[in-house]
Amino acid sequence: MTSALDITQAVNPPRAVFVNFPLGHQTGKPNQPELQRQIVRDAMTAFETITRPGTIVHLPYVWDLNDNSWEQTDYTEGFLPERPPKEEADRAEAERRLRFSH
Amino acid sequence: MPVEYIPRTRELYRNYPPYRWVVNSDVPPWTPLPRPISECKVALISSGGILYRDQPRFHREDASYRLIPKTATQAELDVWHFGYPTKDAKADHNCVFPLARMRELEAAGEIGALADPAYSFMGGIYSARKVRDELAPRLIEELKRARVDAFYLVPA
Repeated sequence: MTSALDITQAVNPPRAVFVNFPLGHQTGKPNQPELQRQIVRDAMTAFETITRPGTIVHLPYVWDLNDNSWEQTDYTEGFLPERPPKEEADRAEAERRLRFSH
Repeated sequence: MPVEYIPRTRELYRNYPPYRWVVNSDVPPWTPLPRPISECKVALISSGGILYRDQPRFHREDASYRLIPKTATQAELDVWHFGYPTKDAKADHNCVFPLARMRELEAAGEIGALADPAYSFMGGIYSARKVRDELAPRLIEELKRARVDAFYLVPA
């Protein structure tokens, strides 16, 4: 699965399925199971339909029919989340351990 | 129009030594699908930094991976990754780790079986060598041991 066509073209895997969505959504939008299922189903189908090594199947889904401005801003300045301080990360991890320690 | 992520990555990480992109110009190796996908055992692998219950988080240049039981629920999963905004993936892991959707395709008979467990690692690893020589061979060993017919690699 890929949303970064140029990177996948460079890596050149045997089989790939491309959807033009912002990074972090390679199998769809949150809480839209129908869309997610269709993307995953299309990927499974590609296992059978791709017969030439290096083929990249392009899926037809569009992120937003009325607004493609994400293409201008995705993975640009300010895109990456702040790395939380170590103490905060340790605390989150300790909380997870506590929550699931049974 | 597809976004050109290679130049954007160069720009975003311009204060770091330039990343050496993997470029393969040979014809990729080819393994034919051994049987119809509706009869295949398929493994799910995500580079989106998925964690199950109390599993430890990923660290910088971390080439380890986590085993995620195929029955894992949304409440049991967390996301730990610095290379993409994880808000949506945290709200619904199926954005980058479509475990629930794969279970549905298994139940509907559209794939033969979903392999147990699924796998996840944190794809923001600077060293391509580390991925090629450490992470990938270990995952391949896991997949061979699990006797899967195919694996579905989902990045983030």
